[in-house]
Amino acid sequence: MPEVTERRRITIDPITRLEGHGKIDIFLNDAGQVERAYFQVPELRGFEKFAEGRPVEDMPQITSRICGVCPMAHHMAATKAADAVYHVTPTSAGRKVRELVYNAFMAEDHALHFYFLGGPDFVVGPNAPAAERNVLGVIAKVGVEVGQKVISMRRRLREIMSTLGGKAIHPVLGLPGGVSRRVTAEEQKTFQQVASDAVEFARFTLDLFEKVVLKNSDYVNLILSDAFTHKTYYMGLVDANNHVNFYDGQLRVVSPDGQQYAKFKPEQYLDYLAEHVEPWSYIKFAYLKPIGWKGFTDGPDSGVYCVAPLARLNAAAGMATPLANAAYQQMYSTLGVKPVHHTLANHWARVIEILYAAERLKQLADDPELTDPNVRTLPTAVPSEGVGVVEAPRGTLIHHFWTDERGLVRKANLIVATQNNAARIAMSVEKAAKGLISGSNIDEGVLNMVEMAFRAYDPCHGCATHSLPGSMPLIVTVRRQDGAALRMLRRDSDGSLHR
Amino acid sequence: MSKPKVAFYWCASCGGCEEAVVDLNEKILDVAAAVDIVLWPVALDFKRKDVEAMPDGSIAAAFINGAIRNTEQEEMAHLLRRKAQLVIAFGACSQLGGIPGLANLSDRAGIFRTVYQETASTVNPDGVIPLTACQDNGRTVTLPGFYNTVRTLEQVIAVDYSVPGCPPTPELLADAVQALLSGNLPPKGTVLAPDHALCEDCRRKDSRPEKLTVKEWKRPHQVLADPEKCFLAQGLLCMGPATRSGCGSRCEHGNMPCTGCFGPTSRVRDFGGKALSGFASIVDSNEEDEIARILEFIPDPVGTLYRYSLPASPLRRKKMEVTTHA
Repeated sequence: MPEVTERRRITIDPITRLEGHGKIDIFLNDAGQVERAYFQVPELRGFEKFAEGRPVEDMPQITSRICGVCPMAHHMAATKAADAVYHVTPTSAGRKVRELVYNAFMAEDHALHFYFLGGPDFVVGPNAPAAERNVLGVIAKVGVEVGQKVISMRRRLREIMSTLGGKAIHPVLGLPGGVSRRVTAEEQKTFQQVASDAVEFARFTLDLFEKVVLKNSDYVNLILSDAFTHKTYYMGLVDANNHVNFYDGQLRVVSPDGQQYAKFKPEQYLDYLAEHVEPWSYIKFAYLKPIGWKGFTDGPDSGVYCVAPLARLNAAAGMATPLANAAYQQMYSTLGVKPVHHTLANHWARVIEILYAAERLKQLADDPELTDPNVRTLPTAVPSEGVGVVEAPRGTLIHHFWTDERGLVRKANLIVATQNNAARIAMSVEKAAKGLISGSNIDEGVLNMVEMAFRAYDPCHGCATHSLPGSMPLIVTVRRQDGAALRMLRRDSDGSLHR
Repeated sequence: MSKPKVAFYWCASCGGCEEAVVDLNEKILDVAAAVDIVLWPVALDFKRKDVEAMPDGSIAAAFINGAIRNTEQEEMAHLLRRKAQLVIAFGACSQLGGIPGLANLSDRAGIFRTVYQETASTVNPDGVIPLTACQDNGRTVTLPGFYNTVRTLEQVIAVDYSVPGCPPTPELLADAVQALLSGNLPPKGTVLAPDHALCEDCRRKDSRPEKLTVKEWKRPHQVLADPEKCFLAQGLLCMGPATRSGCGSRCEHGNMPCTGCFGPTSRVRDFGGKALSGFASIVDSNEEDEIARILEFIPDPVGTLYRYSLPASPLRRKKMEVTTHA
């Protein structure tokens, strides 16, 4: 390393996985201030390449293997893309079955994130001993019966997915034109019961969030703090009334000041979205194409935008179901602004979305048409090209396939939720690092803040979350550029610190 | 007596194998009580340093899911092999290469070109690609190296047992852990699942005619599948006759044919070849042209027959015109 010997470097490696492993490299200048922080995704599998040559009707099963935590999202986006490729419209019942199973999935995934991953920071407390800052701490605080309620709700929602999709992990129900099987009357009865219980569960969860978080001014101040704020554009799917919809609709983008910047059909996404490549990460960074890539910076002149629960709510005018809409209105009137730029408000938005998913699940479970055996339209047109978009738990998910006349994929393009957020996550990590690191003055606060900067967006670390408790392990090494370690700090899963 | 130490690790995979572990539900607590989990990055901690500091052979069993796609995964596989008495390839990617193994139809340059340059939404006029070490204003930022070829775990380190499936069922995992705890282990190399074809356990097997013949293969979107009848008898490609049982016929319950994620039984070396010969044998024709026409309805033979097993198959990968290392 020719020029710099005094420049120091902090490596946080590894953190727990972000669809692979995550890594952060932080470089300090001569004065010991953070000069640059790199949020890196060191893994790639290359689905766009090996989709080529496969039949498009197999894409729902093949692309679900992108993520085993949200396989239903990829399955559904690919299924909708296959509808478009074959120029076929699903039957009414087929569409309702899809939307029902999709909302069961969203409720389950969000609830698990709230209780197992994001929730502990608030329910137990960001400054609580790390050993308690986990799902067991949540249970200790709210009671064992609540823990049982969470586990049982997860299981029952997953049973809806496995009943209809064969498996909850990598389901098989989606085919162009509809779904592979009908719903029986007996199954519908079960779904209705689960849906009713899910609505109650969601109300309970919202109530818990209000009691534990919103009534505590420390938490509210944390949510509102500058370290966790970025003023970017927001994007999400909306229905005809500009209400949030997870399964279908148009993509709406609002600017940092809350004005509608764009509203477009999913198949027009290439006019609005583009991806930027950096040599230091395997993930691409999505941005708004008309504005352009202006680097890792926020504000109306930067193309950086954000997706996931808070972005969806920011990009919409309300929720389509009554209880969720009341909660939505309450969030914005409490915070007094729209859009909300505070990343940690994602936790609030997520709970509101659980309520919407449960209410929508109930509406669909009660629909008499759900048991209609006519669940699929057989395609007759020559296949060509199609786009499928859904809102995954972590944000907008786009699948786009071009096929030959036999329906074999010639070309594929995939923009996954985390890619939409990659630039803003990188900025948040850098902001947290800049706010906290000075010289070699590194303590547990750094680790916690970096961790929370991730967690607010990044439930997909929550691949982890559907799992045993433990705080994110971190190793921070301060090095000179030549690699000599100056200082090392390690926090283990039990929260203990080692220097 | 201290509890046996167990490690869970993931390589090139989707996280579905981890979810399958979580789907043990209440049983996970039994597992956690019976063993000491020393590594599980998804849930507990990623203490590579701690694993490195452990004496060789001190971990009773390491469950590794995912294929080997990059340098970091290979390093971790070697480390865990040194530290663990038993290594279990957990899930289709680790055992056979899995769906990420379909990348062996291309190579690193092809994948990078598609992902970072040709994809429709990518804007990359300077042709930037991720680098194992890149200089940015005097700062060196590093990434693991991406191999040309996806490998199974067994192609990188010695593997003692495999648990099949994409993902494996929680039941198979529970059985595997139970076998480890009791010490009642089958011979090394055993796949820890039933050793007969899925067809034998299929709910629909009675609807399969004694002499099964097919005049025309159909793709799943072209037909409304009868929810009770053998898929093959409906002209739908089903990998059930060639595929190992143990999955609980989950896809069949979803009214979709088997795609072969549990891999072959112990008596089959070339899984895709075995399946193909089965499909060919039921084609109802002696006319060469007609047979060719019928088989054309399998439009993607490699992706269909080797969907989860290309790296483990005799084909292993597509031969690329310019061969570079690894």
